[in-house]
Amino acid sequence: MKPEDILRIAREETEKQGFYKYRINICCSSGCLPFGALNLLKAFENAVKKFGVESECKVARAGCPGTCSVGPVVLLEPGGYIYQNVTPEKAREIVKSHIVAGIPVKEYLYANEAFFKKQLRLVLRNAGKINPMRIEDYIAAGGYQALIKCLTKMTPKEVIDEITASGLRGRGGAGFPTGQKWNFVAREKNTPKYVVANLDEGDPGVFANRTLAEADPHSIIEGMIISAYAVGAEQGYIYVRAEYPLAVNTLREALRQAKAMNLIGENILESGFNFNIELRLGAGAFIAGEETGILASIEGRRATPRPRPPYPATSGLWGKPTLINNVETLANVPPIILNGGDWFAKIGTPKCTGTKCFSLTGKVNNPGLIEVPMGITLREVIFEIGGGILRGRKFKAVLVGGPSGGCLPESMLGLPIDYESLTKAGAIMGSGGIVVIDDTACMVDTAWFFTDFCVDESCGKCVPCRVGLLKIRNILERIMKGEGKMDDIDLLEELGVYVRDASLCGLGQTAPNPTLTTLRYFRDEYVAHISEKRCPAGKCFKEQASLEVKE
Amino acid sequence: MSKEDRRLLILEREMKARMYQKSVLLEILHLAHELYGYFDKDLLNYISERLNLPPSHVYGVASFYHLFRLKKPGEHVVSACMGTACYVSGVEEIISAIEREFNVKRGGSTADGKLSLFITRCIGACAMAPNVTIDNEVIGKANKEVVLKRIKDIIGG
Amino acid sequence: MSVSSVVKIKIDGVEVTAYEGDTILSAAKRASIYIPTLCYLDGLSSYGGCRLCIVEVKGSPKLFPSCTTPVSNGMEIITNSERLRKFRKLTLGLILSEKPHICSICVANGHCELQDLAKEFGVDHLRVEREWTAHKIDLTHDFLVIDHNRCILCARCIRACDEIEGVHVLDMKMRGKDSQVIVDMDEDWASSRSCTSCRKCARVCPVGAIYVRDKPFSEIKDKEMAKFILSRRGL
Repeated sequence: MKPEDILRIAREETEKQGFYKYRINICCSSGCLPFGALNLLKAFENAVKKFGVESECKVARAGCPGTCSVGPVVLLEPGGYIYQNVTPEKAREIVKSHIVAGIPVKEYLYANEAFFKKQLRLVLRNAGKINPMRIEDYIAAGGYQALIKCLTKMTPKEVIDEITASGLRGRGGAGFPTGQKWNFVAREKNTPKYVVANLDEGDPGVFANRTLAEADPHSIIEGMIISAYAVGAEQGYIYVRAEYPLAVNTLREALRQAKAMNLIGENILESGFNFNIELRLGAGAFIAGEETGILASIEGRRATPRPRPPYPATSGLWGKPTLINNVETLANVPPIILNGGDWFAKIGTPKCTGTKCFSLTGKVNNPGLIEVPMGITLREVIFEIGGGILRGRKFKAVLVGGPSGGCLPESMLGLPIDYESLTKAGAIMGSGGIVVIDDTACMVDTAWFFTDFCVDESCGKCVPCRVGLLKIRNILERIMKGEGKMDDIDLLEELGVYVRDASLCGLGQTAPNPTLTTLRYFRDEYVAHISEKRCPAGKCFKEQASLEVKE
Repeated sequence: MSKEDRRLLILEREMKARMYQKSVLLEILHLAHELYGYFDKDLLNYISERLNLPPSHVYGVASFYHLFRLKKPGEHVVSACMGTACYVSGVEEIISAIEREFNVKRGGSTADGKLSLFITRCIGACAMAPNVTIDNEVIGKANKEVVLKRIKDIIGG
Repeated sequence: MSVSSVVKIKIDGVEVTAYEGDTILSAAKRASIYIPTLCYLDGLSSYGGCRLCIVEVKGSPKLFPSCTTPVSNGMEIITNSERLRKFRKLTLGLILSEKPHICSICVANGHCELQDLAKEFGVDHLRVEREWTAHKIDLTHDFLVIDHNRCILCARCIRACDEIEGVHVLDMKMRGKDSQVIVDMDEDWASSRSCTSCRKCARVCPVGAIYVRDKPFSEIKDKEMAKFILSRRGL
């Protein structure tokens, strides 16, 4: 295949899709699939046939538009109408009224404009709109044009310069400048080089990467091919959690189709550039998302991190230079190449350009997957996009950054979301989890839950993380049982700082964050547990009491 | 040919296709786990011999990753999601209800081997929390009444 | 070595000449500057797990394990700040609290690297609760014993078995707090088909977790350790 062939496919597919007046996209992501999305697909197909509108209405499976809490959802184009909680009965009605008569069924619509108003969908540009199982859909939406541009008009150095100019930073959590990282690998003389796409989204409560892979796998693959071209790698691995079977299948199919079109493989689009991608499955280890952990896992070993330096850029997979990027970072690459780094740099804040995907969960009215420009405040995310607290309860805290993020109180809601501000407040960007906690939750219990997660996921190699975290958890447990001592607060703080500073890898270095931030912002709750044997949220001592009453 | 043999054959074919490379251990373990549902030591020994890897290495890797089971699970498997969203939404209450009702501990099986209760980390359907999976069927926005009834239906029938 | 590979660094304010490829630890050793270590052993690959050899590097808020961090020109290293001493003491306390370590009934008493370090850093009491759960003791082998109650998971034995003896009988099972050193498929030592009974694991064990039965511990520790390291050097 030549670049012209891809452009021809784009033209033909656009033309084909233009025949249809309407397009019904049925979300078949993990969020909606368990709740009958496939039945819905059939129901819509039947309904369209029944009402004889097959020629003007296309029914297609699609990825997630982000409104996961009201699934199964259906996106009807043109107009971007989202129908919520759709059932086969509703499907018939929607087709009858919206398609045949041209009148949207108001009562079934997702009537929540605020959810989308402040969002900016760059990474999720195609999510919910295209069929992830068809490469033609992606190409028609402008896909693989960035790759063609790179292969035909740009040198690897120019590609890296463009990424550097965009100011894009790693979306995996740490926020390292992507262009710089690419440059480190590109300048290495040692070959072969490898690129790795990190889709080991182990954080509980985070599903942004999964949704991306399920909705638009080719955006990841295209970004990855471009990165390989830029650094001079010929082999790539996508490391996916095995707990995401749909994402695995979607990616597998996408790779197969990309290969069939010679977008990966030998002599890509007759440019002389070779690049192959293999899928590798994780197996239930949060730590495998860590840079050196993922390398160990791909090599088929226990995913224990090792100290850096040497960094993977000089010594990664099998000791060779390796570029590791989060999939969200990679999905940002094609639009940057097409629109230029300057365009991207204007989005977000000067130091933190672009957008970030967040999984908004917990006690908010509109949970789901969102993408917002950097620099937006937490208040806007929770109260405007999220629609405020569930059942009108009072906001208490928000956990930003996954299990090793920080719990921030109401006074911090004005905080703009960017790497530096979050770190300063004691939280992290992490992989983009925002869990909203209302006044029914006990902060000691919350800290315990996240610490317990990290204790479970610790690889056990270094002492601070293996033993220190365990002790922190045990002390929290003691406090929750009403057996805490006042000294425990100091001890927790001391251990927390120690584990944060002395641990080997990112897991241990961030795992004390929930404990440290709750101590910082909700110290009175700890004191109440210890000195008054009272849980301000009425959670800790109540459970035991209610159990006794029942039995 | 017995079922046992066929599974080994599939495993052998996959290892051969990957040229018995040591680095594909995790992939082979995945396949073996899919075929057998859990690992016993004979199976791990077989893999270790074929890939020419030390037995302790294979066992170390197999036991490191929590997705793999080293014990035979019960006939029916209930796994409760202990991700953040599910925990915040009260999955703990459902888990303890199952533990009490069926006399099973998390991570273990009932005495008659009919039911296993596992805790999984996030399955990714956070917006539908809390989630409980019963034999591959996901129950979203679950509560203990619904889950207990569903389990009783499955075990009973 | 060529002149170009010489690296100038400063350790605790003293100018030290090191070579490219040196770790902070090896450069410090050559300059006779002491950095405490536990999981590190000359002749084995570096592990970076015990966190005793962590040092501060000027210009970075992070702490670096000196056993794995390569030196670079102009590096200024602090090996012994108050923060580092505090952290090392905490590390030792945590190691001692993880298992039921009781020196008086331990074969390594008096020859134990953990005990020596605890003395050195003044660990006279534990501030966190101790763990008293009893772990397995494998007494099946003719003369090698592994007592998991004393194991500090430094992985020296695993590395020696793999890198020096080349048989890889030992490895780690599970993870985190459940980690444990295993023989083959987590079997009794006696039933191991791959073990050559070379005793290297006992020789490198810094505590009394792996030892040779009925043999004075001092003997294995002192003389044979030296011999072992020399033999490695001669390779």
